[in-house]
Amino acid sequence: MHPARAWRGRSQRYRLEGEICEGCGARLFPPRDICPECQRPARTPYPLSGRGEVYSYTVVYEPPAGYEEQVPYIVALIKLEEGPLVSAMLTDVGPEEVYIGMPVEMVTRVLHRQGEHGVIAYGYKFRPILRRAVTIPSPSAPVTA
Amino acid sequence: MYENGHRILKPSRPVGIVGYGAYVPRYRLPGVEISRLWAGGAEPPPVREKAVPGPDEDVVTMSIEAARNALARAGIAANRLRAVWVGSESHPYAVKPSATIVAEAIGATPYVQAGDWEFACKAGTEAMQAAIGLVGSGMADYAMAIGADTAQGRPGDALEYTAGAGGAAFIIGPAEESLAILEGSLSYVTDTPDFWRRAHARYPEHGGRFTGEPAYFHHIVEAARQLMEALGTRPEDYTYAVFHQPNVKFPQKAARMLGFRLEQIQTGLLVDEIGNTYAGSCLIGLTAILDEARPGDRILAVSFGSGAGSDAFSLVVTEAVLERRDRAPRTRDYIARRVVIDYATYARYRRKIVMDTEA
Repeated sequence: MHPARAWRGRSQRYRLEGEICEGCGARLFPPRDICPECQRPARTPYPLSGRGEVYSYTVVYEPPAGYEEQVPYIVALIKLEEGPLVSAMLTDVGPEEVYIGMPVEMVTRVLHRQGEHGVIAYGYKFRPILRRAVTIPSPSAPVTA
Repeated sequence: MYENGHRILKPSRPVGIVGYGAYVPRYRLPGVEISRLWAGGAEPPPVREKAVPGPDEDVVTMSIEAARNALARAGIAANRLRAVWVGSESHPYAVKPSATIVAEAIGATPYVQAGDWEFACKAGTEAMQAAIGLVGSGMADYAMAIGADTAQGRPGDALEYTAGAGGAAFIIGPAEESLAILEGSLSYVTDTPDFWRRAHARYPEHGGRFTGEPAYFHHIVEAARQLMEALGTRPEDYTYAVFHQPNVKFPQKAARMLGFRLEQIQTGLLVDEIGNTYAGSCLIGLTAILDEARPGDRILAVSFGSGAGSDAFSLVVTEAVLERRDRAPRTRDYIARRVVIDYATYARYRRKIVMDTEA
């Protein structure tokens, strides 16, 4: 990816910034400046929550160049709680763990690295929602002097 | 004024921590797995396991998540930050700041200072001292300091057992908004070459046992002792203490040398579970303490960075911690999220296998 292309999309890619249609209230992602619902201009930035669920997914074993390090990885359609359907890679989850309807949240990760010398592209991925730990005490911490 | 009162750092405007956040990746490499590969299983590992970043993680991504957690706890908009500073020895670029990417991702740009700090394992607390100065002088209301690392040890070297990954972010702000108020800090620095990595070198070098007495213990103990003397505090005045954690034994010994009981350092002592997270080490320990501390508790936090130096901080927890701590995942939530991997997976994730692919 040319640095200029990554730079243009940095707000949407780094922090899932979409747009809201002032006319009908629809939340748009990716930003497209025209509301697909009511065809009016929609240029107001809108930060999406990043929460949603897996709508569908597939596992990639034969990646395009630049993604070899991450194989096998999951590409999913995420139904965001604000409505839009987003295609994104999943992370911190294996193919054996993922399921349709899995609650997920957005994280910013490395999308790909252009070899050892090129630019590093960062962007949104989704992971299973982090669960609250049940036990607090550390099993290994020393307790006596 | 106390005898060494001129050595203590105290801002003219009282400041404290208004938000904090941690991040630890989910993969764990057990020490016995490293011992199996390089020592036939005969070498007892210095820590049980260490945190390993996934293939799509680095200091920037870990800093972003820790920073988002800190913002959630502080309850302030990111564009109110006047500084985003990232301390690390493993910035993904040699030239190009990690901090600009972090600042952009959290929405703090463009009216913000951003820069990367380097001082081995104390780069994060060095940034914290600067943030205290920026807010304490009245130049800014909020400044963010991050310490994070994806540390690398040479395969087979003693450091490979402990070189872990993780980070923590702190937002320094006015004392009246703080969940922990700063009583004072102190920095203690000498030129001591105990550990280093030359430009373009992949792995660091170290001075073996030289990293102990003249380096780690001397700087930590002096910084802590001088700060407590200037503040008129004693070890028994502190509910918690946290020291830089290159292994389990060093912080335990430092605690004993200073007169702290091991119970006081237990909550923040995470190295046995996540390894040495370098610039994140004592700062992640501090987040684990803030996750559990009660209003009125006093905390001593002392970093150590090779080269060498220590920053010591004395903090008093306020009521605000009770309401803010659950606005973001606790440090133990990240530690509990663990997936054990073998050495082959570790070698792949840490890009030790030569792929020779150019995209």
